[in-house]
Amino acid sequence: MVWLAIFGAPAFAAPPDVASCSSCHGADGMGNMSAGFPALAGLPAPYLEAQLTNFRTGMRANPIMGGIAAHLTTAQILSIAAYYAALPVPQKPEPAPLPHGPGTALALDGDWNHTPAGVPPCDSCHGPFGLGVGETFPRLAGQPKAYIAAQLADWQTGRRKGGPLGLMGHVGGKLTAAQIDAVAAYYAALSPNPPRLPKPGASG
Amino acid sequence: MTAVRRLSYLAIFAALGVFCALASFGRAQEKPDAQKLPFTPPPLTAMPGGAFGDAVKHGENIFRHTTIYASGAIGNKLNCSNCHLGGGTLANSGPLWAAYTAYPAYRAKNEEVNDYVMRLQDCFRFSENGKILPADSPIIVAVEAYSYWLATGAPTGAALAGRGYPKLPAPPAPPDYARGAAVFKAQCALCHGADGAGQYTRGETVFPALWGKASYNWGAGMSNLNVLAAFAKANMPLGGVGMLSVQQAWDVAQYIDSHERPQDPRFTGSTAETRKKFHDTKFSMYGATVNGIVLGAPRQ
Repeated sequence: MVWLAIFGAPAFAAPPDVASCSSCHGADGMGNMSAGFPALAGLPAPYLEAQLTNFRTGMRANPIMGGIAAHLTTAQILSIAAYYAALPVPQKPEPAPLPHGPGTALALDGDWNHTPAGVPPCDSCHGPFGLGVGETFPRLAGQPKAYIAAQLADWQTGRRKGGPLGLMGHVGGKLTAAQIDAVAAYYAALSPNPPRLPKPGASG
Repeated sequence: MTAVRRLSYLAIFAALGVFCALASFGRAQEKPDAQKLPFTPPPLTAMPGGAFGDAVKHGENIFRHTTIYASGAIGNKLNCSNCHLGGGTLANSGPLWAAYTAYPAYRAKNEEVNDYVMRLQDCFRFSENGKILPADSPIIVAVEAYSYWLATGAPTGAALAGRGYPKLPAPPAPPDYARGAAVFKAQCALCHGADGAGQYTRGETVFPALWGKASYNWGAGMSNLNVLAAFAKANMPLGGVGMLSVQQAWDVAQYIDSHERPQDPRFTGSTAETRKKFHDTKFSMYGATVNGIVLGAPRQ
């Protein structure tokens, strides 16, 4: 209601199509941490469009979302994606101290195994502190741990396919179960919208 | 100090110059990697403490986050680690441990024997489009410390496997701008942007600019097609190395280096003269006319 007051209703008036989304993804689009439903607010519209399209075609195999997306028209997909992309992401400082451990190491340093063909740091494509980059690389920061872990497992098993250049299929397939658990916990602990970024590297 | 060092080497240039130039050009052809010494740098978790460890850590921070930790020294938005993946630790991605142990050496680029500090100064001047940092500047000393530490246990005077980028075979067909444009659009623009300007989050470089004012200047190694193509083949795309064929790597290098970028700081006032003096090879697009624009010509 605060946002309505500040920005006026039209910008955030929910299209009728999102009524069924908000029961899991929240009225504010910030998902449900305990249930593992991802935040959609502030994600790039082209990314959200691609995901709904992939649920519809089966490139992302998910019984719930597949069933819902199957009934969506392209116009509805565009409208839903634009709505969630425009939703504000609440500000929250990064945790202090920042998380430290194998998940942090994978996110920041990767698991190269001494070769450029190894696993690059997650942040190298998902941006500093997992905040996402441009229209294609989604924010990971603050997403539920169970959701991130499930996606990485799905990339490994092929339940999630495609994506730009198939890059996540390549990367996800190389991760161990322990790495997935650790890196999912790392990103889940970060703020989806920190007011300022900590200086990188300082946390060692 | 630099002048003294340069003078002291002048005498031996006459005798060694030709030999060293040939050796330098032919370095990658001398013997295959399998016959060179393998080397593994220490893990980052083994970084020492104390004042030296602080310098090493600072050097790593500069190397990975150059735009933040050395912002006053550079003139673009590139991090060292954009072209030296894994923070300069990886074989075939310009590893610092192999570079550190390869100097002093003659460089055809400036026709002098360079020590490692001079080599680092060139990185900042050309690839980072920045200043000529004093040899004893904290930035140079820190990156030198980081390099030295990564080379812990590496022999000097021996060819280490994985130095630089793996030399790329000649392309089956001459590199082609139009084919390169298609490769770029399909496999590079996703991250680097259709305009080659890179992508940023909260102002921090995530994907580096490949041309334009935020990229390396015309004096950088990457402005040579053979270097850029070799890098791309062995290092790109992140997470999907191997997607580019040899021909595609050459073609996309031709396309990328057919765009404008910051002037060569050694510019003499004439593009033709600067080309003749510093870029007179088939691998440089400097001074070439592409789409009606003379690359490297001063803009009003």
